[in-house]
Amino acid sequence: MQAYIQGTGCVSAQDNALFSGTVREHEGDRMPVADPDYKQWIDIKQIRRMGRVIKMGVAASHISLQDANLSMPDAIVMGTAYGCLADTGVFLNKLVTQHEDMLTPTAFIQSTHNTVSGQIALMLGCHAYNNTFVHGAFSLENALQDSLLLLAEDPSKQILAGAVDEITDYSHQILSRFRLYKNASTGNLLHSGTHGTVAGEGAAFFVLGAEKNEHTAAELTAVEMLYNPASEEETFVHIAKFLERFGRPDLLVTGRNGDVKNDGYYGAGEEKLFAGVPVAAFKHLSGEYPTAAAFAIWMTAGILKKGTVPAAAMFKGETPAAPKKILIWNHQNGKHHSLILLSAC
Amino acid sequence: MNGNVWIAGGGVISGIGHDLGQCMVAFEEMRPGMKTLQHLHSVHADTFPVVEVKAGNAELAQKAGMPAHWSRTALLSMIAAREAWQSTGLGDIAQYRAGFVSANTVGGMDKTEDFMKAFLEDTSKGSLREVVHHECGAVTELVADVLGIRHHVSTISTACSSGANALMYGSRMIRAGMLDVVIAGGTDALTRFTLNGFNTLMILDQQPCRPFDDTRTGLNLGEGAGYVVLVSDEIAKKIQPWCRLSGFANANDAYHQTASSPEGTGNFMAMQGALKMSGLAASEIDYINLHGTGTQNNDSSEGQAVERLFAPAYPPASSTKSFTGHTLGASGGIEAVFSAWALREGIIYPNANFTTRMKEIPFSPVTAFSKDNNLRHVMSNSFGFGGNCSSLVFSKE
Amino acid sequence: MEKLMADLKAQIIQQLNLQEVKPEDIGNDQPLFKEGLGLDSIDALELIVLLQQHHNIRIAKPEDGPNIFYSVRTMAEYITAEKNKTA
Repeated sequence: MQAYIQGTGCVSAQDNALFSGTVREHEGDRMPVADPDYKQWIDIKQIRRMGRVIKMGVAASHISLQDANLSMPDAIVMGTAYGCLADTGVFLNKLVTQHEDMLTPTAFIQSTHNTVSGQIALMLGCHAYNNTFVHGAFSLENALQDSLLLLAEDPSKQILAGAVDEITDYSHQILSRFRLYKNASTGNLLHSGTHGTVAGEGAAFFVLGAEKNEHTAAELTAVEMLYNPASEEETFVHIAKFLERFGRPDLLVTGRNGDVKNDGYYGAGEEKLFAGVPVAAFKHLSGEYPTAAAFAIWMTAGILKKGTVPAAAMFKGETPAAPKKILIWNHQNGKHHSLILLSAC
Repeated sequence: MNGNVWIAGGGVISGIGHDLGQCMVAFEEMRPGMKTLQHLHSVHADTFPVVEVKAGNAELAQKAGMPAHWSRTALLSMIAAREAWQSTGLGDIAQYRAGFVSANTVGGMDKTEDFMKAFLEDTSKGSLREVVHHECGAVTELVADVLGIRHHVSTISTACSSGANALMYGSRMIRAGMLDVVIAGGTDALTRFTLNGFNTLMILDQQPCRPFDDTRTGLNLGEGAGYVVLVSDEIAKKIQPWCRLSGFANANDAYHQTASSPEGTGNFMAMQGALKMSGLAASEIDYINLHGTGTQNNDSSEGQAVERLFAPAYPPASSTKSFTGHTLGASGGIEAVFSAWALREGIIYPNANFTTRMKEIPFSPVTAFSKDNNLRHVMSNSFGFGGNCSSLVFSKE
Repeated sequence: MEKLMADLKAQIIQQLNLQEVKPEDIGNDQPLFKEGLGLDSIDALELIVLLQQHHNIRIAKPEDGPNIFYSVRTMAEYITAEKNKTA
């Protein structure tokens, strides 16, 4: 099962200038998206109720549809680990402080996890299959797997697939208490050698089809998940099998996030399985969040289409000229591993 | 993409029973589960009847074999998922390529809302133990880990159709040859979050709900969990499966964020798509387990969509939410179990509290329990916010 | 009545987050829903809470909404009538 990426759209801490070598630098323990003017895509009457996560998702989906020159997808499938945190927070706050009295419906309605996919369908008038996965660091991966299944069942379909997650003040305060984050800058995060990472957020959407066309940016060759491996060894056996099936990549994009323990996993894996393969990273550009691999796909599809790797993305080894096969390996706490392979077309 | 997907078993916990057998007794004895809140604390306790699972967290935790401080959503999920697996007689799950696809709408919100009280007063306060399982997916993993499922674990959240969508995804992974068995369905515990949320929409009935009744004024919330065990042809040969999941479809109403279109466009498309996949004519459906929440809007839209697809001959139809309340993310799973069991036992479920036919539609729900009916095909509907409409068709063979 | 209507316009804009709408853009008799200001059923529920919060009036039946919330004037008239009832 593979698919062709016919269009990409991304709202993140970076923008398209990344591919021409301009990185948006951030400093602190939180890397917010560079909010575009959402009114480009969303009517003023509709925008008033939308939380930021909804705007991000709607914008990224529209950009990807425009990029693919597609007006109506045959399915909308997405992932979000946290859902609509801002509206959830607003409703919870009022629920507690107003003692369950005089609450208003808007925040509750918008807090539903499928608000973004529902809103995209509503704006497009799209009656097709619509699904939302909410499974932490596997949310995006399941949306992609669902899309690949849909294409295997009916190759004539064009699928809109993606993921979105946001940071809010509440979520950041709570997650910070788990000691997940530290202050760092885009330039030094991956070399800090200490515990902790930088929080991120973003939305990325892709149009996927079974046939190559003039818009195709790259091939989505494979998506695999490994849940809760008993040991590093088991993970490496799994990755080795994946490499036997699909071959060695020209570039490995890891989910390095600056946390010394987290990154050690990649280091060990590279030594064992990827000797001589150049390594890139993306979380110093996007921040860490459960669906950050969507940013990595956006970046990787751009690399394959343009045939150059942004210098800022390289982590070790020689920058490959015009890589043909790029593997994204992302994990969360060693419990969720995903392997996403993209190939040049 | 070939082969059949069979229902090898199922499990349910709801406000009318701690297992499928108890739920069946409640239907047979016409005992809906609406009561005043006992376990969840809310200022609305005396205003809105709910269908709470009749057990505290300590009791549920013991039954689930889980710590009592875990989200009630996980405890309910564990109890129903284990019942589902055990009902199959397939033995140790470790010998199969197994998946767990579970739906829920608010994850560990029951604990988060307790946490928020202290947190809002002082952001350095509130026990982190209460938010560690906040995410929907975290609840699923607690259960998957106890069940020992590792090949595939995922969570779907599409509001009130979530549970039905879990069956679809599980079934498609089996047909693609990725998995042998999938425990699929949904879970949701009552929370102040959802109770107050539905109250702001002014669609909670202060009386026991009356789905598909002209006098209906809203829904009652319920809680629980329900899972079926989906298996491939090869696994099904080893056992006597209940029935086959012969068709399903998801469509989007694309009309409004929460309300259904008056003519039930998405509802119609979902039912039509499920029939098409099963290769059946509408006239071959022998019973419809309606979404039937009891709100003005849902029952009117769903009724009109049923009319458009089934007129002039309507199969027996009822909403089991008149017993269990609306269990949100669990409802698609719970009603899939009821529908699959209906085929095995020839059961047509009653619709409680029905008195007056709706003016706008030409049929009434069934009001009496019966069994040993000759049922060959059963349809189950689940429709949710975001226009998310799903329909499942189960067939005896 | 004029003061009440002016207050209501400001409250509606704030409660419904009507960006780029100013109080003077809303006519006293302009329909608030559909072709008028373009409000929908979710806004109607928001307006019910607005009456409760700012004017201490509870509407139990949402189906009464369309008549009460037809325009700023009908809202003001309803509030005035309710206040007189309790006075």
